[in-house]
Amino acid sequence: MYRTRDTKTKIFKHLVIWIVIAFALFPLLWTLSAALNPANTLINQKLIPDKASFDNIKYLFNNDQHPFPIWIWNSVKISLITAVIAVSMTALAAYPFSRFRFKGRRKGLFIILLIQIFPQMLAMVAIYLLFLNIQEVLPAFGLNTHPAIITIYLGGAIGVNTWLMKGYLDTIPSSLEEAAYIDGASKFQAFYKIILPLARPILAVLFVLQFIATYSEYILASIILNSNQKFTLAVGLHLFISDMYANRWGVFSAAALIGALPIIILFMMVQKYIVHGLISGAVKG
Amino acid sequence: MRLWKDNMFHLAKIIILSILDALAVWSATILFTEHKFIFLIILIFITIIINYIYLSKKAYPLRYILPGTFFMILLVVYPIIYTVYVSFTNYGTGNILTKDQVIEQLENKYYLPENTQDFSFNAYKIPDQNKYAVLLDKDDNGYLLGIDQQIEEITDNDPRLTDKNNDGTFDQINDYQILSRANLIKSLSQLQNIEYQYKDNILKMKSISLFSLYRQQYKYISAEDKIHDIKNDIFYTPADGSFASPSGEKLLPGYRSFLGWKNYIKLFTDDRVSTPFLRVFIWTFEWAIISVLSTFALGLFMAILLNDNELRFRKFYRIILILPYALPAFISVLIWRGLLNTEVGVVNQILQTLSIDKIPWLQSVFWSRFALIIINLWLGFPYMMLISLGALQSISGDLYEAAAIDGATPFQRFRYITLPLILVSLGPLLISSFAFNFNNFNVIYLFNEGGPPIVGAQTPAGGTDILISYTYRLSFESGRGSDFGLASAVSILIFMITAVITWFNFKYTGALEEVKENV
Repeated sequence: MYRTRDTKTKIFKHLVIWIVIAFALFPLLWTLSAALNPANTLINQKLIPDKASFDNIKYLFNNDQHPFPIWIWNSVKISLITAVIAVSMTALAAYPFSRFRFKGRRKGLFIILLIQIFPQMLAMVAIYLLFLNIQEVLPAFGLNTHPAIITIYLGGAIGVNTWLMKGYLDTIPSSLEEAAYIDGASKFQAFYKIILPLARPILAVLFVLQFIATYSEYILASIILNSNQKFTLAVGLHLFISDMYANRWGVFSAAALIGALPIIILFMMVQKYIVHGLISGAVKG
Repeated sequence: MRLWKDNMFHLAKIIILSILDALAVWSATILFTEHKFIFLIILIFITIIINYIYLSKKAYPLRYILPGTFFMILLVVYPIIYTVYVSFTNYGTGNILTKDQVIEQLENKYYLPENTQDFSFNAYKIPDQNKYAVLLDKDDNGYLLGIDQQIEEITDNDPRLTDKNNDGTFDQINDYQILSRANLIKSLSQLQNIEYQYKDNILKMKSISLFSLYRQQYKYISAEDKIHDIKNDIFYTPADGSFASPSGEKLLPGYRSFLGWKNYIKLFTDDRVSTPFLRVFIWTFEWAIISVLSTFALGLFMAILLNDNELRFRKFYRIILILPYALPAFISVLIWRGLLNTEVGVVNQILQTLSIDKIPWLQSVFWSRFALIIINLWLGFPYMMLISLGALQSISGDLYEAAAIDGATPFQRFRYITLPLILVSLGPLLISSFAFNFNNFNVIYLFNEGGPPIVGAQTPAGGTDILISYTYRLSFESGRGSDFGLASAVSILIFMITAVITWFNFKYTGALEEVKENV
């Protein structure tokens, strides 16, 4: 008797989990179906299309009014440059906080912690006006340019990342550098040649996190960028769906899936670490 | 060998510093000629600091920190300070320019006095160049020749004038060729911009065949800080960001000016602004609280189900269930927006097959909010599930065994063991999640642009707008114009609320103390 009740509970458990899985997958499956359905309209959509094809994807890459490949390329380019520079700056900033003892060290760490509490987008008006003014003097860094948006993202680059990086560097024994000094290395060489290679895992994770965050950013990009050729994917897709989404639903779905793919892959790559990071942070309280 | 390498580093540093300094000098000259002295002082200050840090041995650790800090100060700290400043001004559409710029613009306005003088004219142009000349006929008193921004009185014997076919009209002035009437019309916009100072007046084109004498309409009297309207003989004095006449009439455009607390007072006391603002304010809190509770409830529930080593497929389930978290939120929200489209969306179609009427997901305030909460539940529960799983694993199994011996039901075990312990360890993350959702612009704005619109509201406050999307729409949604001042005031309120939440979080968890011990 005990057995059967146990089995029932088990089946019930699986059932409940599958209901939630259905909820989680519902939009994704419909999107996949729409992407492969050449009918391209929302009306009378079926989950399993009668005739699947890649027509929508083809259309996506030959559309001058909504240059989707350019948007993806812009997003990838901006995220890549931002992530590379941001990680370099973070590594540089975290190193002295971990290794050197200097006046204002603790205060500096606190100030960074306090500043990063406030999301950068809260100051969007000021950022917009700042670049409106910069435009008059330095058009290459003004509104509607990629250097401008990258510069903005770099402002939020150090911050919590410096703390994560410092925490990791603290676990690398400083005897390694001392040995390097004895061999005649300068301080910068010890950092560059000994510590950085050892910190590769955290560098990779910070890179991916920064890349995902930049790729997904909408609000500041939408303020700064205002021409079709300069849009990031987030800004472009929003425009696309506001323009003509009901009759181009299939194309939009294809765009959404292709646009999400790089992020899903990156996320799954560092998923374990993110989960681990979340949990250790949580338990530490 | 080592020495050589060290020297290379040193050399590279010197070269980069020199380039930076050269750039600074170049920028300084630009700022100087543009009279932007505050920026000039800041630039000089920054340049000195950079040079000090990279040349002095004492500042060695700062060399590492400087690049990141530089961007943080320029693009986070400075904008925050600037937001505070803007919130005390009337900066926005109609008040974009500085006072000096407005005065300059007003002084460039002209009117036609009653005793004006008209001149018929011919226009000339150098072919393929954007250079024009005009020849005004003074009715038997010779001519006025406008050429190279100058106007001069000439006679018809002037050697520059040529009349090839002797019909009394000069066809050519130096290299300038006469414009036919058709070409004149094509060049109209360029010709309209031509102005000549002539005696005390301005010569401008009045119509396609006439140039006339205009007079400057406004004159700024700097000693009294007044604008004199010469045409109507009225004095305008500055009042709240524009020049106003004694009868209250305002001169456009206005200029940026300091308003004091007016934007803040308006938010709370001016009914047309405060009513929608208050609704936005309340909904922001409701939204953040419901979001945290719903995602946490589902996440914790799933974590408890999955936290069973004997459960089959649990790794597979976990991977599938975190998929919504792996997708960039902006893409998921746009997908949901399509699925929930009232007319053609899949959700309404499915409901129709169940004989349920179409639900106005995007048109009704209630259903829009409902949809947003479901969407955010979808987006957020995997995160909650992940952190709950972690926290559950840290709860010792002994506690449950002891409870089982005491005869506790599963619900009692959850209520008295699991929940309290989980809340202790996840509390700070829940508060962070509250702060995050409080400013969750992407979900709100990308789903319905904060809409549906509220009829009759003076500011663009929609039915699902939260404070941050409201700020965005005040500043950047075209149609009604931008009100940067008011938007900044709302931003400052969000800053303060965020600060309070964070302070509460630190106090609640003692995180700051812990941080202090660890650094």
